[in-house]
This record gives sequence, structure tokens and C-alpha cells, in this order.
Amino acid sequence: MVMNSQREHLETLNEIRSIMERSTRFISLSGLSGVAAGICALIGAGMAFLYLDASPFQHSQHYYLTAPTVSKWGLNYLQFFFLDAILVLIAALGLGYFFTWRRVKRNRQKMWDQTSLRLTINLLIPLVAGGLFCLLLVYHGWLGLVAPSTLLFYGLALVNGSKYTLDDIRFLGLFEIALGLIAMFYIGYGLEFWAIGFGLLHIVYGIVMYYKYEKNAA
Amino acid sequence: MKKIISKLNKTFDHKVRLGIMSVLMVNEGVNFTTLKEMLEVTDGRLASHMKVLEGVDFVQVTKPFVGRKPHTTYAATDAGRKAFNAHLDALEKLIRSID
Repeated sequence: MVMNSQREHLETLNEIRSIMERSTRFISLSGLSGVAAGICALIGAGMAFLYLDASPFQHSQHYYLTAPTVSKWGLNYLQFFFLDAILVLIAALGLGYFFTWRRVKRNRQKMWDQTSLRLTINLLIPLVAGGLFCLLLVYHGWLGLVAPSTLLFYGLALVNGSKYTLDDIRFLGLFEIALGLIAMFYIGYGLEFWAIGFGLLHIVYGIVMYYKYEKNAA
Repeated sequence: MKKIISKLNKTFDHKVRLGIMSVLMVNEGVNFTTLKEMLEVTDGRLASHMKVLEGVDFVQVTKPFVGRKPHTTYAATDAGRKAFNAHLDALEKLIRSID
């Protein structure tokens, strides 16, 4: 009798905690979204190296100094980098959305509810600020600072958004911030740091999260 | 033991009411539909339990108009928060006391 009521109270407490979690956090974020985004980023970085005829960690000159002289595939460097960035962004967001949408459907939840909306808004605040900041860096011609800054702001966005989704995102954010700061010491290796931060880290993290949360549930 | 049990709030002696309070403790202003989906209950059940919580002033209802439709949102009152926290403390003590 006593044992039973104890178990009951424990269950009640656990349920309260679970409701609190579910009502504030968007927990259906899929690890596969991260893997897909990471692969897109690596392909994008690979295309950039091909375009510049450079190989990672081996350039004698800063890539953004050689870039303006390159004209390949009928595109000047601005057109190429713009196209490359937009394609990577669309593919990464599209595939990322797809895998998370699939998981949401499997969990019989809604894609756009209070939690996912809150997560999106809190990710977007540092991201939009960072995006504008980087455009201003380009405007002033401080191109070497663009790559570290994108990593830094992206990391801050993840840390900020992590309050509204799985806690693991917070650590991914901290890694991105650290990487962004390290990249400040190696101006000119922005593409490499981009590939590590947006490619490798996403893939590793996505796989870890997939095995942690989804493998058994699927 | 009896002393602790007496601290359990009778108002929360129901899963749906506990659920409502759990959501409202961590969210500011939640609408009816969101609550219904989160707790997976019918309109009628949610409405009747909400009435009880409103009756003891644990939950506050606001009905700002969005266009012409009333957009009803619910929030926990200070009294509700206090009572819910006390209830949780009592639950925790109960579990510990038996260990």
C-alpha cells in the first residue's frame, strides 16, 4: 500500500516534469537534419576549393585575395560565391526541414507549434544580427573576418536557441563559438574552418544525436 | 506522515489539473487549443477542470479580441504558483519519507 502510493507520487512528478519539458522545448529536432546540413556544407566548401583551384590547408596566399582573379565556369568570383552559398543554404535548410518534419510526423506532433516557433525566433535573433554584421564586414572589405564571424554568431544562435530544444545543441553552439575564435588566429583559412564548423561538426553531432534519441525510437 | 499528506492540495488531486498547472508554470499565456493538444484531452474535460482552477483563483483568464474573435489565454496566478510549488514539495517529501 505504502509502496504503491510512493510509486504513484513518483510517476506524478515524472509526468509533471515531462509536460513542462514538452510544453517549452521542441524536442523533435532530428539528428539526420544535422548530418544532411553538414554534407551540404562540405559539398559547398569542396566546390569552392575546386573553383579556386586550391587545396585545403595548402594555400600560399589568402583565398580571398586570389579569388577576385579567378573566373571559371562562366562565373566571376562574386557570382560563384553567392550561388554556392545560396545553394548550400537552400539544400541544407530543405533537407534539414525534411528530416525533422519526418520525425515530428512520427511523434504525432505539429511542425509549427509554440515550441518550434519560439526556437526559430531565438535562433534567428543572433543569426540575423550576425548576417547583417558579416555583410557590413564585406562592405568594409574586411573579408578575412567573415568566416570566423559567421561561426561565432552561429554558435551564439545555437546557445540561445538551446533553451528551447534539446540541451545537446548548447554544446554544439559552444564548439562553434570556440572554432570561430580560433579561426580569428588563422585568417585566410576561413573555408577550412567553415568546412569543419558547418560540415564536420554538424555531421558528428547529428550522428551522436541520432543514436542518442532516434535509433531506438524508430 | 499525516502532516505531509495534509499538505497535498486537494485541487491538484487530478491528472488533468496537474497537467494544466504544469504547462502554465513554465509558459506565459497559453491558449485553449494548445493546452488541449499538449494534454491530449477533450474540450469538455479541459473546460470543466479549468473552471475548477479558475474557481480557486489558481488560473487567470484573459480574452483579448483578435479582430472579432476572442482569443482566450490562460495563465497561472501567483496564488496558483505558490499552491502548485507547495504541492510539489509535499509530493517530494512523501517520496523521501518512505525511502
